[in-house]
Amino acid sequence: MVHFLVSVKQVPDTTNIRIDPETGSMIRKGVPAILNPYDAHAVAAAAEWRKKLNGKLTVITMGPPAAELALKECIEMGADRGILISDRKFAGSDTLATSYVLAEAIRKIHQEEPLDLVFFGKQAIDGDTAQVGPGAAIRLGFPLITYAVEIKELNLEERYALIVRKTERGREVIKTSLPAALTAEKAIADIPFASLPDLINSLHYQPENWTADEPLAYDEAKIGLAGSPTWVAQSGSPEAHEPAETISVAKDGLSSTVKKVLDDMLANKSVASIWEEIK
Amino acid sequence: MTRRFWVFIEQEDGVMHPVAGELLGVARRLVTEISDELEASGEEAVVEGILVGCEVEDVAQNAIEHGAERVYMVDDPAFEHYLNRPYTEAIIHLVQKHQPEVFLIGATTLGRDLAGAVATSIKTGLTADCTKLEMGPIRKATGKFLLATRPAFGGNVIATIVCKDYKPQMATVRPRVFQSPQRDPKSKGEIVREDFKVTPEMMAAKLVEFIKDEGTHLNLEYAEVIVSGGKGLGNPDGFKLIKELADELGGVVGSSRAAVDGGWIAYEHQVGQTGKHVRPKLYIAAGISGAIQHKVGMQDSDYILAINTDPNAPIFEIATLGVVGDLYEVIPEMIKQLRAKKGAQA
Repeated sequence: MVHFLVSVKQVPDTTNIRIDPETGSMIRKGVPAILNPYDAHAVAAAAEWRKKLNGKLTVITMGPPAAELALKECIEMGADRGILISDRKFAGSDTLATSYVLAEAIRKIHQEEPLDLVFFGKQAIDGDTAQVGPGAAIRLGFPLITYAVEIKELNLEERYALIVRKTERGREVIKTSLPAALTAEKAIADIPFASLPDLINSLHYQPENWTADEPLAYDEAKIGLAGSPTWVAQSGSPEAHEPAETISVAKDGLSSTVKKVLDDMLANKSVASIWEEIK
Repeated sequence: MTRRFWVFIEQEDGVMHPVAGELLGVARRLVTEISDELEASGEEAVVEGILVGCEVEDVAQNAIEHGAERVYMVDDPAFEHYLNRPYTEAIIHLVQKHQPEVFLIGATTLGRDLAGAVATSIKTGLTADCTKLEMGPIRKATGKFLLATRPAFGGNVIATIVCKDYKPQMATVRPRVFQSPQRDPKSKGEIVREDFKVTPEMMAAKLVEFIKDEGTHLNLEYAEVIVSGGKGLGNPDGFKLIKELADELGGVVGSSRAAVDGGWIAYEHQVGQTGKHVRPKLYIAAGISGAIQHKVGMQDSDYILAINTDPNAPIFEIATLGVVGDLYEVIPEMIKQLRAKKGAQA
C-alpha cells in the first residue's frame, strides 16, 4: 500500500490584498484565506496516484486554528487524514523553524506508517520563498526534486520514481529512490471536481490537532522566534511614484497621439540606441 | 580575521549565468560599505566566488573578471549536471571550511533549489528574492549586518530582514535586479581547487534524461525591448498584436500574471514578483492595470510606455509616458508609423 504525504499552507489571497492608505500597512481583515494554489495542485497529484495505486494520503499543515479549513479542502480532494499542527509557541517561525516543525512531524508519521513520496507546493504565494520544501527534505534526508511537473512512474516494488522537473532550459527526468520529496508546479495535476463521497466526508471531518508538546515534544529553542535566525527589522509599503505624463487619444486624436509617443520615446537615449540597431 | 563575502557562481555547461556577475558587483559594494569597520579593526574583507562543476576553469576566470578576488572551485565529473544533494553537500563543506560572513545566490531555478537546502543544513537564515542589499547597523547590536530587503504578500509589503546571530547571512537575488559590473580582462584573482568526493548515497536521485525546450529560448530577463500584454487585451488572440509590435521593435513578448493565470500565455512570459524581473531599455505595457506584483518586476526599465483605457490605472504611476486609449487602435497605428519611419530612413 502506498503512503503519500502533502504539506500544505493556508495563505491570504495576495491578489485581494489592500493597503491602508493612512498607515501604509496591510489590511488583513476581510482578505480571504485560501489553500496555497501550488499546494492544491500537489494534493491533486497525490490524490490521483493514491487512487491509482490504492493507498493512503495524509495531509499536514502548520498554522492558526482556522487553517483546518485548508485541510478540509484537501479531504474534499481525496485525502484520508488531516493533521493541523498549531500552537502559539510556533508563532514567529521563519522558514528554518518551519522546516524543523514540518520535518519532525513528517518523520513521526513516516516511522508509524512509512512514506513513499512527500509533496510540497513549489512556493507559497504569501512569502514566495520556496525554502520550506527543500529545507524539510534535507532534514529528512530524502532526495529532493523541485519544480516537478509530472510523475511519470512510481515503482513500489523496485522502490523508485521517475519525476519530470522543469528547469529554465527544458525538462529533466530524474530517477529517484523512495522515499523522496518533491515540490510541485501547477502542471503536475489539474484540480479535480470533488466526488460526492469525498465532499460528504469533508463536511464531517475533524482534523487531528498536534501542538508543540503533543504528540511530539518540540525543542522550544528551535521553534517560534527563538528558533528563527531571521527577523523583520523594518516593514512598510512600497515607494509611491508620481503619476506619469499622459496623453489621451480622445483628446489629441490617434495619429497625433502616436506621433507624440514615438517622438518622446526616441528622444530617450536608451530607446534611441536600440532604434539605431533595428531601423 | 578575513571577512568573506561569497557569491555562488552558477554555471551550466561551462557558461556562467549573468546573475553571478551581478552578485559579484553587489558583494564588491557591500565590502565598501564596511570600510569604516575595516579601517578601525585592521581586518580585511574579500569577495570570493564559489564554483562547482566539471571543467569550469574558464568560468572561474570569468568570475575573477567580474570582481571575484578568489574562486574556490570544486571541479569533478560528478558535478557535470546539477543535482541538489551533491551540490548542497559540496557547498556545505566549503562553508564550514572557510566560514563566510555573507553568501549570495542567484534566485534562479537552480539557485532556489540549492539555497534552501544549504541554509537549512547549516542552520542559518536565508532571505529570498531580495531587491535591495546593504551593510548597515541594526538595533541592539554592534557592527554592521546584511540588511536584506524584499517584497512580500505579492509585493504589497516591503520588508527588511536581518540575520543577526548566525553566519553566513544568506540571501538570494533574482537575475536583473542589480546591474552587472563591466567585465575587466585585466582583473587578477586566485583560483583555489577544492576536493570533494561524492558518495553513492548522495546520488539517490539521478538525471536520466534531459529534454531541451524546442525553439529559441525566450530570454525575457535580458531582453532590451519587451512588449507586454495583460487582461486588457480582452482575449488570448490579443497577444498576436503584441507580438507584431514586439517584432517591429526587435523585442520579446511579456505578460502580466492575470493573463498567465487566465491561460492566455505561458508562464515563461510573466513579468513581476512571481515571474521574471526585467530591466529592458524599452518596456511597453498594454492593457496592464499595474498591480504591485507586476510593477516590482519592471520598474527598473529605462523607458516605460503604458497604454490603457483607464486613466486611473496604477501602471501610469510608474510609466515614463502614458497613453489613455484603446490598445487595439494605438498599437496598429504605432506599427504603421514605425514602418513609415524605417522606410523613410532606408
